[in-house]
Amino acid sequence: MSETAEHHDDHHPPKYYVKIWVILLVLLTVSIVGPMIGIKWLTLITAFGIALVKAGMVCAYFMHLNIERKVAWYILCATLLLLLVFFTGVAPDVMKPSGTNWQSLYHEPTEEESMVHHGDEHAEDAHHGDEDTHHGDEDAKHDDGHDEHSEDEHHDADSHDEGH
Amino acid sequence: MSFQVPIATNRSATGIPTSRLAVWWILASEVVIFGGLIMCYLMFRLHHESWGFEAAHTNPIAGGVNTFVLLTSSLFVVLAHEAAEAKETDKSVRYIWFTIFGGFIFMMVKAYEYTTEITHGYTMFKSVFWSFYYTATGLHGFHVMAGMFIMWMISRDVKKGKNLHRVEIIGIYWHFVDVVWIFLFPLLYIAK
Repeated sequence: MSETAEHHDDHHPPKYYVKIWVILLVLLTVSIVGPMIGIKWLTLITAFGIALVKAGMVCAYFMHLNIERKVAWYILCATLLLLLVFFTGVAPDVMKPSGTNWQSLYHEPTEEESMVHHGDEHAEDAHHGDEDTHHGDEDAKHDDGHDEHSEDEHHDADSHDEGH
Repeated sequence: MSFQVPIATNRSATGIPTSRLAVWWILASEVVIFGGLIMCYLMFRLHHESWGFEAAHTNPIAGGVNTFVLLTSSLFVVLAHEAAEAKETDKSVRYIWFTIFGGFIFMMVKAYEYTTEITHGYTMFKSVFWSFYYTATGLHGFHVMAGMFIMWMISRDVKKGKNLHRVEIIGIYWHFVDVVWIFLFPLLYIAK
């Protein structure tokens, strides 16, 4: 190990970095267009596979990790290993759908339920509020009651989830 | 009383300049923070199909624009570093300010997104998905703002030709912020 610090002496002209930036933009375009085709495995590759490639390119060429000393790699890899320990330790419990001494009460909302819960009603409420301030209080009373109901449902779902 | 440069500034047992080594340690801690969040998200996302329905309400165009903005700002900051290495201070300051401007655009787009989502009822307390969305993007946005502030401070020194090595240090941090977004983008905006 040396006692004095070394600076990166691998310098590149701006053209080199612009070229990497262009490649990153092409990858970004692919990651946006890929999932539009609607094939699940293609979405996984284009969205997440390409995200890994993009992140790798930024780390290697912009952060200069490709020419950095090994100790920086050790530091970063150690934390990634910790993440893996965290995931493998917790995931079997969190992702388990059933057990011997407990049952999951969580109700998985359907697409339609998600739409109703978060959908147009709120947008409509906001619209009413903007348009007619005089009747705002009355609307609020009506809406509050309505929201309270949906919020209760939501709390139920959450508490079940926590229990699960 | 005269100021003495701390011995740790000039000495390095690893061969990496102390300031750069320090930023690697900071990023290691950031990996655990953001990585932990992303791991939690993955566990829930893989287990609960309904999270896909929730994610359908995020704005992929805004997310895509922000990815473009961050990638471009990363280019600017690496060019600022190269200019600083060549002792071209004016050029370096100019690129640093382009990067700060990129961060500003990013935050403006994020503010637009938050406003649209909140006014349509998608608040932080709507569901666990939205809690995660606001926590992850909010924490990331905080890092963007911190980076912008530090870059502004560094640009003042660079203008005077002082502490040019700091451009590389803030650059490494900024690229990391970019990398975090590269992962958040498909998780929150693309996977429906």
